Amino acid sequence: MADRSFDKRRIPGAGLIAALAFAVLYIPLVILVTYSFNAGSRIGKWEGFSLHWYGVAFRNEDIQSATLLSVKVAVIAALVATVCATLVALATTRGQGFKAGRFVQLAVNQPLMVPEIVTAMALLILFAVIKDATGYSGTGYLIAAHSAFCIPFAFMPVRARLQDMDTNLEAAAADLYANAWVTFRRVTLPLLWPAVLAGFMLAFVISLDDVLISEFIKTAGQETLPTYLLGQLRRGITADVYAVSTILLAVSTAIVTLIFVINRKKKPGL
Amino acid sequence: MQGIHEITLHSDAEQAQERQDRRTRWLLSSPALAIIAVFSIAPMAIILVYSFLEPGKYGNVVWSFSLDAWISVFAERDIFDGTLGLADAHLSIFWRSIKLSLLTTFTTMMIGVPMAYYVATRAAGIRNLLLFLITVPFWTNLLIRVLAIQEVIRKDGLINTVLLNLGLVQEPLQMLFTDFAIGFGMTYVFLPLMVLPVYAAVERIDFRLVEAAYDLYASRWTVIRRVIFPIIRPGVIAGSALVFIPSLGEFVIARVLGGGKNLMLGNLIALQFGQGRNWPLGAALSVTMLVLIISVLLIVLRFTKGRING
Repeated sequence: MADRSFDKRRIPGAGLIAALAFAVLYIPLVILVTYSFNAGSRIGKWEGFSLHWYGVAFRNEDIQSATLLSVKVAVIAALVATVCATLVALATTRGQGFKAGRFVQLAVNQPLMVPEIVTAMALLILFAVIKDATGYSGTGYLIAAHSAFCIPFAFMPVRARLQDMDTNLEAAAADLYANAWVTFRRVTLPLLWPAVLAGFMLAFVISLDDVLISEFIKTAGQETLPTYLLGQLRRGITADVYAVSTILLAVSTAIVTLIFVINRKKKPGL
Repeated sequence: MQGIHEITLHSDAEQAQERQDRRTRWLLSSPALAIIAVFSIAPMAIILVYSFLEPGKYGNVVWSFSLDAWISVFAERDIFDGTLGLADAHLSIFWRSIKLSLLTTFTTMMIGVPMAYYVATRAAGIRNLLLFLITVPFWTNLLIRVLAIQEVIRKDGLINTVLLNLGLVQEPLQMLFTDFAIGFGMTYVFLPLMVLPVYAAVERIDFRLVEAAYDLYASRWTVIRRVIFPIIRPGVIAGSALVFIPSLGEFVIARVLGGGKNLMLGNLIALQFGQGRNWPLGAALSVTMLVLIISVLLIVLRFTKGRING
């Protein structure tokens, strides 16, 4: 790096393309956020700053119930997925001799390999059968489906952390006559929890974002926030949709920031 | 070696311990496996079965074996003389899906590779910030991104306003509800899937190789072509697969930005379970999509393996 006149890493044009790409990525989002603070009702015509549309959105009962359902499904599904994913990560990363480990990992990642539309249709059929047999039509379907496709996302950070972890610590605990449970609770878990938390948050965002599967398996009258937004998009949007979108954008940005910070703390070298 | 190990060292107690250990592992794996088996793998089996049944009058199926769904994926019966011909409507949707997915893969590659390279060669602080900026839209709700794009490309949106004011066009361009809108939307949404694996590959480049090439009087273009690209190729291939696969199955983007007319394969499938009331055809189309995607994955695996060995 002593020679400053010639940067061997530079590729001409790459910076320009990157700058343009960042602009294209962010301009639409910036416009959307800006117009959520517009006083006027006409989108595209700026009439001064106002929180009017946030008020409209907060008072809208459809949005209230859709938000509640979305959060409920996301919290339960993310909890279920994180617990399952942590257990399976412990089973497949610790020690040798688990010959089925590769198969188990492949099965856990299966939801990632199937296009969402196929999963949605397949679940539509499965749930139609269950509905016919039991008559149940609650939020259980949404929670079950979301838990399944959230597992691989919760699994990723937990498995990565377990693989990086120094197994000597666990071996030392075992040498000191700690049983498996005590070793897990006092040694593994304290080191693992940031990854578990990251897994939970990833699963939460994934569940909160899902449009396609929810749209096809929800029963009549159920709306999650994304399926509500999809319905609004088809009908022609009003500015309160901008306000809801801005809040959702803020929530997912906050969560991603948190995951970034947690990961950075754990790996100062990277 | 493992055999010797087992014979010489494994006492009964150790074997019992090992069995116990294996049982614990299966026990720990079972909740995740059960949920995925019931709510993700079993439905795939059901969809395969349904593709060989007859459609019910009001949706759902009649339980009798039939190949009609599979025949009508590719062929349709002439209304007048009953002869089978190619299903033009289906084939044109297949073609549009594959064409738009390939185009999306190509554009994300053209934009994403230089972008990833640029980001990965910055100083640590800026690099993390830029990486974060790529990640944020990726975790933002898909509908919000689609809505934002819709607002930019519609008739009185930003692009048309700018073009009109500059006098480049006399009338606003119709971009929404076209194939262009779908392609643009997919490029926007899937770009991070190309950037992230390429970024990881660029990070692994040993720049002493680049330096050596320059010392040997290689031109910049030669360095890119003969040194940098071969190193990042696995990342580019992985990124292409990550972009192509969800593009082929895309539904929401095509539905919102493409309007009702420009169907992609995903929309055609959804249609069969909705107004079409032909669940077996929808199931057969789903299986076709899965087969297409698995073939692409296998080709990619083949391709990368050949590259690594050769």
